[in-house]
Amino acid sequence: MTGSLLSWSLAFALACISLAILLSLFRLVRGPTSGDRILAVDTLTINVIALIMVFGIAEATTTYFESALLLAMVAFVATVAYCKFLLRGDIVE
Amino acid sequence: MNLAAEILIAALLVLGGAFVLIGSWGLARLPSLMTRLHGPTKATTVGVGACLIASMIYFPASGQGWSAHELLITIFLLLTAPISATMIAKAHLHRQGRGIDPNPADGIVSGLPAPPGDGDWATFQGAAAEPAKLPHLPRD
Repeated sequence: MTGSLLSWSLAFALACISLAILLSLFRLVRGPTSGDRILAVDTLTINVIALIMVFGIAEATTTYFESALLLAMVAFVATVAYCKFLLRGDIVE
Repeated sequence: MNLAAEILIAALLVLGGAFVLIGSWGLARLPSLMTRLHGPTKATTVGVGACLIASMIYFPASGQGWSAHELLITIFLLLTAPISATMIAKAHLHRQGRGIDPNPADGIVSGLPAPPGDGDWATFQGAAAEPAKLPHLPRD
């Protein structure tokens, strides 16, 4: 870690993102419609991408970038597949 | 690392964390799905973008070299956020219009009014009538 400014802002960002993940989990459990749950999962994965990036800065390593990229792609495909299933009752027609 | 880069990275991290928190707070707090879509699609995207830009400044400033991964993730998130929001809104409209899974906070419990043209709101009903005209399908 470098200066205290950077460590303080990293702690702040990690706390905010963790709280955001908890709020998304609340919406995922609460619902009430299926669209809400899909949106909550989408938000959850975007929050996890932010968490991975901030954790990468905190650890000063570039190892986690690939996982963030993969998560971004898989989250988009999963959201579209869920919505397609709700719209048509099938994913690949 | 010099002080200017450190201040910039710290400001971007605080901004990113705050926007991510605001987006999820909107997701948890707002009354119906169509309003809840606003938080994650706009505020959270800005927050993640700020975190990625902070990372993009941090690694060259600390002497670890520049990589294109952050830029790829930023572009990918900015491209996919509106598409997934549109898909969620379409699925929600479809289910609300059919009276499946109604949410009173949306104000359309009794179903949607009929759209102006043929077909259905935001679904593929209009396209479903087409395959009978294709030549290779068997006719009866």
